Amino acid sequence: MKVGLFIPCYVNEFYPNVAIATMELLEKYGADVDYPIGQSCCGQPMANSGFESASQGCNELLTKNFSSFDYIVCPSGSCTLHIKDHLHSEKNEADAKSIRSKIYELTEFLTDVLKVEKLDAKFPHKVGMHQSCHGQRGLKLSQMSELVASPFSKPLQLLQMVEGIELIELKRTDECCGFGGTFCVAEEAVSVKMGKDRVKDHENNGAEFITGVDMSCLMHLEGILKRKKSNIKVKHIAEILNS
Amino acid sequence: MESKGKDHAQLSDIFNKDEPRVDWHDETLWFVRQKRDKAVKAIPEWEQLRETASQIKNNVLSNLDGYLIQFEEEAKKNGAIIHWAADAKEHNEIVYSILAKHSVTKIVKSKSMLTEECHLNPYLKEKGINVVDTDLGERIVQLADETPSHIVLPCIHWKKEEIGELFHHHLGTPKGNADPQFLTNAARLHLRQKFLTRKIAITGVNFAVAETGEFVVCTNEGNADMGAHLADVHIACMGIEKIIPHRKHLGIFLRLLARSATGQPITTYSSHFRSPRKNQELHIVLVDNGRSVQLGRKDFRNSLKCIRCAACFNTCPVYRRSGGHSYHTAIAGPIGSILAPNLDMKQYADLPFASTLCGSCSNVCPVKIDIHDQLYKWRQVLVKEGHVGIAKKAGINGMAFMLNHPGLLKVVGKTGRWAMRNIPFVVNNKMNPWYKQRDLPEAPTQSFNEWYVKNKSKKNEQ
Repeated sequence: MKVGLFIPCYVNEFYPNVAIATMELLEKYGADVDYPIGQSCCGQPMANSGFESASQGCNELLTKNFSSFDYIVCPSGSCTLHIKDHLHSEKNEADAKSIRSKIYELTEFLTDVLKVEKLDAKFPHKVGMHQSCHGQRGLKLSQMSELVASPFSKPLQLLQMVEGIELIELKRTDECCGFGGTFCVAEEAVSVKMGKDRVKDHENNGAEFITGVDMSCLMHLEGILKRKKSNIKVKHIAEILNS
Repeated sequence: MESKGKDHAQLSDIFNKDEPRVDWHDETLWFVRQKRDKAVKAIPEWEQLRETASQIKNNVLSNLDGYLIQFEEEAKKNGAIIHWAADAKEHNEIVYSILAKHSVTKIVKSKSMLTEECHLNPYLKEKGINVVDTDLGERIVQLADETPSHIVLPCIHWKKEEIGELFHHHLGTPKGNADPQFLTNAARLHLRQKFLTRKIAITGVNFAVAETGEFVVCTNEGNADMGAHLADVHIACMGIEKIIPHRKHLGIFLRLLARSATGQPITTYSSHFRSPRKNQELHIVLVDNGRSVQLGRKDFRNSLKCIRCAACFNTCPVYRRSGGHSYHTAIAGPIGSILAPNLDMKQYADLPFASTLCGSCSNVCPVKIDIHDQLYKWRQVLVKEGHVGIAKKAGINGMAFMLNHPGLLKVVGKTGRWAMRNIPFVVNNKMNPWYKQRDLPEAPTQSFNEWYVKNKSKKNEQ
């Protein structure tokens, strides 16, 4: 099984350990992983700002770099959703279409394709799970509080296999953290307030760590935690599953 | 109003200066969202109801012309007088002409977001007409010389102590009395006198039934009924999208509406109006005001399914923390942000960006409007139509150039990380909106890409 690893641009620059953990996890559970070094970004920062046309270069790079793989895996619900919904190529639309159907966010790849049922991981801490919106409501990684439907959660299913972990309950199970891409600077006041409120929910329920499937949400929450000199740390789910 | 000329980001920045008030506003609306959750989770077929309503509305939107003509014919048979208004101006003029015909200068009006959208109150005020809004929340904002901040809960941004002050000033209630029951009773006595003396009543319309020519008005206060029943002339104003084909469809929509809005099983009053009583006139004003244009926009026509429940307001984490007035339009919140650009792209170009695209709005919508997807699509339209500033455009193009060139991205990334470690003041300053209330992430010496190249070459050597 040839898996192409797509690493979000900001994870590549700021959180290399998340990418390493992702690669190691995939290899540990049976994937043959390759990381095309000419990769860049999913194009979402431009497209979400209304400039879909400016993301065409990213689209072409992505299509060129990843068309030969059986699967593409990305440790971000948001980038994965963007590619699934919006990847188009002027040069090779057939490849773009095939990538749209074979890209997976990391946790859904572990549960649905690699069918991981046991993990060799230990993380003896109190952990709060932040449900990132694009992973949850977009990719449907877990059930959404708005719907009248049976509960499930792919990320939690995996976290529950980690030895020693204590998952805390939150007052608001799936409220947005306020990152929102360029929203985080364009609407700074509301973005920060949303982040502060998410942090408070985790604090009030005794979290030592906040985890999630998207480092962008966690980077925003981390920025707020560090500014208030909190002891709570953020950790991408890949690092916990690989610990 | 202070909202003049300011965009959503600026107005919500002002709103956020008083953090305890933001917390109170957020908690109040979250409470309504929770009531909604509780009510809908008691209905096992809830998702099926939403889907059915959405499909009925699909049918309505595809056959709107036919249903409107059918409604007109049936309503005329019932004795109603039908008016067609192409836009807000025509709507206001029609209403005024009816008042002028009867030489009436004082009227009552129950809740109608359409009349807010058409700015009927200021128009009539200018003509010397005294309008009393009879919905309690609307009366409160009217006394305060404001507009509603929420389409179902117009004065949700007011605290009871502030309402006590307002009533003390306008209705002569004792100073310092903020007891909701007492204040409601004071408003009731004040409004009763208006109901008894005003000859013309305006109401909104929640649903207009093509099959029978009747319409349904939903209220919790009975104020629409009180107004319409005591007046000689009843004017009902409705957007043309309010049509439903059959009376039996009310069994779907009435179950969805109040549960989505407030978590009630049904509104206290769901009143059917069909024929004027003897010597009464019943006017129905059917208003387009941009709706047929929206109907022609393939990506946005579904927004016309909206039944104005405001569930998307209550669930929206941005709305709860920015307040209705930050949207500077009659219909705020996520739905307002996809409706307003249709009316005026330039004026409302900021609204589709006032969202994190979290998608909660689409999930609570009782008629399954793809609200967050439409917000994304409006962003594309607004950029194409040139309604996004030059600075933003330059920034995005710069970012795109870098991201489209992986070699350059690596150099910029490496340089940027070096700068963050060695000369942090270039990014950690007040020019950077990220840094204002958040720290930047630590900049590692090595990117994943650099690590991988080294690691992989090692692996290859072995």
